[in-house]
Amino acid sequence: MAPLLNGSAQGALLLLAALGLSLTFGQMGVINMAHGEFLMIGAFSAYLVQQVISASDLSIPVALPVAFVVAGLFGLVLEVTIIRWMYRRPLDTLLVTVGVGLILQQAALQIFPSQGVPVEKPSWLDGQLTVLGYGWPLRQVFTILLASVCVAVLSAWLKYTSFGRRIRATVHNRDLAETAGISTRTVDRLTFFVGSGLAGVAGVAASLIGGTNSQMGAQYIIPAFLVVAAGGIGQLKGTIIAAWAVGVALAFFAYWTTGSLAQVLAFILVIVFLQLRPQGLFTVRTRSLV
Amino acid sequence: MTKNQESGMTKMKPWISLGGIGVLAVLLLAVAPLVLSDHWLNNLGKYSCWAIAAVGIGLAWGRGGMLVMGQGVFFALGAYSMAMHLTLETAGDRVPGFMVLYDPLAPLPMFWEPFRSTGFTLLAIVLLPVVVAGALGYALFKRRVKGAYFAILTQALAVALATLISSTIRETGGDTGLSDFKYFFGFVLNDPANRLMVYLIAAGLLIVCLLAVWQFYRSRFGELLVATRDAEERVRFLGYDPANVKLVAFVVSALMASIGGAMFVPIVGIITPAEIGAAASILMIAGVALGGRASLFGPALGAMAVGWGQSSLGSTWPDGWPYVLGLLFIVVILFLPYGLSSLPARFAALRRRPPKEQPAPAPAPAELEEVHS
Repeated sequence: MAPLLNGSAQGALLLLAALGLSLTFGQMGVINMAHGEFLMIGAFSAYLVQQVISASDLSIPVALPVAFVVAGLFGLVLEVTIIRWMYRRPLDTLLVTVGVGLILQQAALQIFPSQGVPVEKPSWLDGQLTVLGYGWPLRQVFTILLASVCVAVLSAWLKYTSFGRRIRATVHNRDLAETAGISTRTVDRLTFFVGSGLAGVAGVAASLIGGTNSQMGAQYIIPAFLVVAAGGIGQLKGTIIAAWAVGVALAFFAYWTTGSLAQVLAFILVIVFLQLRPQGLFTVRTRSLV
Repeated sequence: MTKNQESGMTKMKPWISLGGIGVLAVLLLAVAPLVLSDHWLNNLGKYSCWAIAAVGIGLAWGRGGMLVMGQGVFFALGAYSMAMHLTLETAGDRVPGFMVLYDPLAPLPMFWEPFRSTGFTLLAIVLLPVVVAGALGYALFKRRVKGAYFAILTQALAVALATLISSTIRETGGDTGLSDFKYFFGFVLNDPANRLMVYLIAAGLLIVCLLAVWQFYRSRFGELLVATRDAEERVRFLGYDPANVKLVAFVVSALMASIGGAMFVPIVGIITPAEIGAAASILMIAGVALGGRASLFGPALGAMAVGWGQSSLGSTWPDGWPYVLGLLFIVVILFLPYGLSSLPARFAALRRRPPKEQPAPAPAPAELEEVHS
């Protein structure tokens, strides 16, 4: 029972990290390796908000939208300055953003103490929720709730708002969307802003569970990408299921073996899974050869 | 346009490239040992090991279009095979020191035992990467996993392997790695003459790899590889299986990474998970991108330059080096995707272009003002 609940929380954190990627990678084809660093920026924003609002009960709810906006702005700047020139070379966006990630990491290392900063947990997250005789830390429950809210808002936004419709139209057929009068440049910028902002929200959640330091993004980026790949490109429900499955698998492997071996096993699991379904869990049927 | 020019150039002037390899061979094998101090010669040997791996990356990524972000895995296969052999050679009949540290009565792990044999070690350095890359590549390419997926998966493997090695302290030395090698196949490693020999082997292997790649590029296989990179579906329609073409290039690049790793160990004297993980794998890519992924010399020379930056700037200016590396990725990929080696072709193209094609210069503001006044 314990690994299942722990794993669900871990999966929710992975999902938060992967949501933004699923938007930028899945919908736009941009491979943003700096996504992990946007997550880090979100976590550091939570810390900075706490420097202003010292009451941690209040500061975390304030930090969530702040982290969204701060990380989103970083993403917007990245899109406007670099990514926009590279839509025709998706594989190269990967390397450029690796460079951006390196710079952001080093900057964080120099601005903040190298051993990381403490983010105070609010007192309303101290307790436990008893589930079938197991004390489930409220922090984990909070992560799951946060992930659920983000998924719900994101999918409603994509489905019902005009911005969401524009994004989906651009994804399906960029040329046709442009012909229909949609400014695909605006859509690109907005998608990147929201995708990066979600990384910021994930960062706040991560700061409540693990440490906040300059290296924290690097440990999320690869699992998050594997989740997006295993879930299927541009498929929200695939991403959700894959994140939960990877989280639970990680927790069970860690329960049976050790933490680092669990990571190795989870990676192998995803690679084997991609052997069976190279397009991921859910696929969009297209007639394209590539 | 640059692509065509580049492959055209190597096709038209293969003998010039061969002469270039000859010049590099003279420089590395004859001139460098004469003019460089022992310290710098050792460094050059280290850069040569990275360059060997980079030549393989150039083949797989530059010519084959497969962004291999986990060459650290194959680098590790060679490096750890060699390091295990050298550790056993140093320890003699006893169990290596670091293992006894945790448990004085510990037996040698099973998988270490065959590495006592010189022949097995050399075979492992060659065969392990071929088998692993062959199996992985076959599985991935046949299922048409490519592009970003392939890159992320290979990077994930590098992370996984580094994590695995870090966590198995007793079997592999963990984060401290394997070090303190005294002998290299019977030669005392402290002896300057033997160190020179190790350097010459590494530099020689780099030349051999360059020759192999040179031959690859002018062969029909090289043409097919570039065709697969640029239009995989067309290659398939012509009756070839792109998976096989890519598989060969991937396996050869893995083999080169393994050889580079194997020579890295006696030259540097230590191998740790940090040398093979995600960051190290990305560092190998950086050199290839800087030098020019699709060119013959670009990957090797770029890797040497980045290797120099990493070991000199990285230690004298540790705060600044990550910025340099990050900017290098951004600037090179954004403005010069085919690296420094594409600069001559670009300048040549600029010069050849007749001036009338360029937009007419806008009237200077001064002129406009004159008209108004």
